Amino acid sequence: MSKPARWFGPRLGPLLRHPWLLGITGIAGLLCAWALVAQLQWLDPLFLPSPAAVLHAAQEQIDEGVLWGDISASVLRVLGGFSLSALVALPVGIAMGANATCCRLLEPLLALLRYMPAPAFIPLLIIYFGLGELPKVLLIFLGTVFFNTLMIMDAVKFVPREFLETALTLGGRRSDLLTRVIAPCIAPQVLDAFRINMAAAWNLVIVAELVAADSGLGKRITMAQRFLRTDQIFLGLIVIGCIGLWIDLSFRFVMKRSCSWAQ
Amino acid sequence: MDLVLEEVSKIYGTGPGASLVLDRISFSMHTGQFVALLGSSGCGKSTLLRLVAGLEPASGGQLRFDGRAILGPSSQRGMVFQKYSLYPWLSIAANVAFGMELRGLNRAEIRERTGFYLEVVGLADAARLLPRQLSGGMQQRVAIARALAAEPRLLLLDEPFGALDLQIRESMQEFLHGLWRRTGLSVLLITHDIEEALLLAEQVHILAPRPGRLVSSLRIDLDRSDLVALRLDPHFLALRQQLANRLRQLDRPEA
Repeated sequence: MSKPARWFGPRLGPLLRHPWLLGITGIAGLLCAWALVAQLQWLDPLFLPSPAAVLHAAQEQIDEGVLWGDISASVLRVLGGFSLSALVALPVGIAMGANATCCRLLEPLLALLRYMPAPAFIPLLIIYFGLGELPKVLLIFLGTVFFNTLMIMDAVKFVPREFLETALTLGGRRSDLLTRVIAPCIAPQVLDAFRINMAAAWNLVIVAELVAADSGLGKRITMAQRFLRTDQIFLGLIVIGCIGLWIDLSFRFVMKRSCSWAQ
Repeated sequence: MDLVLEEVSKIYGTGPGASLVLDRISFSMHTGQFVALLGSSGCGKSTLLRLVAGLEPASGGQLRFDGRAILGPSSQRGMVFQKYSLYPWLSIAANVAFGMELRGLNRAEIRERTGFYLEVVGLADAARLLPRQLSGGMQQRVAIARALAAEPRLLLLDEPFGALDLQIRESMQEFLHGLWRRTGLSVLLITHDIEEALLLAEQVHILAPRPGRLVSSLRIDLDRSDLVALRLDPHFLALRQQLANRLRQLDRPEA
């Protein structure tokens, strides 16, 4: 990961240069502003619940046992749909990147499908598969599989020809190329593609639950709207954000560990 | 080892858009020889080397290695490229071991020979480093070590020092010459650097561009005991100038 260039703006003292410090300051600043505005009651608490009210809502949901249930329901849907998507995208993407015929056959099709917004498939999915888990998992699958495939295809296309030809002149067979050259070479880009598309998967699980579900973080938010419980809506949003951030950081961590050569 | 090219042609594309890249090229070389293919860019010299490596088929003519037609790549003809010569995700030692692993040698043998070939190129200390931690010249030495570790009968070098700074390039040329002297390798080198070709090769084939064709072959008989002195030798410089003029004429036939 390269550092962003800084052309203007303040310079920092050495004490303030810890890479995380500024990021944490930004988040803390927003929390403080929120607490202050809520404290001064500039807005109706119904519109802007205080941090304390949101914490209270969290405590309530933990006591009732719904918070963990919601989190696990949403996380499992994302994991299911995204794993399925990765499982399909990897072989198809690699085949498209490595084989011109596959690429010419599938690329226009994927380019077309990619522009169909996944949420527009919800009515069809409900008609086909009802209101259970399957349509939600399939929605996440549909919403991420084309992007995953195309990004993996690009990664394979950009494997330098020399890497493959070197293996062949060292006595490698064509079947060695996939495991010994292409796979390790594209691993960093694949992880990055998964990290980026994971955000889309999170969007979609919430959308799916807003429409039809009996559990999950998105479901809880719709319920809260019905009872004007903005504290619960805030709680849901914050939990979703935190889980997303955690997933993002996990991907970065795995990347740093397994692909240090690409940093 | 015996490499024979007879009337080798290469055409890219078909129909009216087809272009002739190599036009009936013939030459041969035998064990222990150091041969250079010299030509300016666009003369198809890299394509020619790719045909010898078996990475691309010829459109016409025959390429034979030890009497057998070249049908595809093989570890008998090792190749070192100018760019992307090492796998960035593998350590230096793993890069050198790569070919031996592909061919299924046992672990002890791989370790021993990896150490040996790193020693040969003077980089035993770098075994655990990643390629990006090495300078460009060192990386090319590792690439040569990796090619040698596969025990090729012919080493193909595609402008291996073309991307290096002048000083490093000179020391790499001295390194390659020393390596050739010590090991009795057979080397086919592609270059556009006249000095490099004259300094290293016993035989220099000159290629002319558009279409790539072999216009003359020179035997170079020079005392190579001191390459540093040879670079400044008047006879050497005169020969170099002569060749430079020749190449310039080939590049602009209308002039």
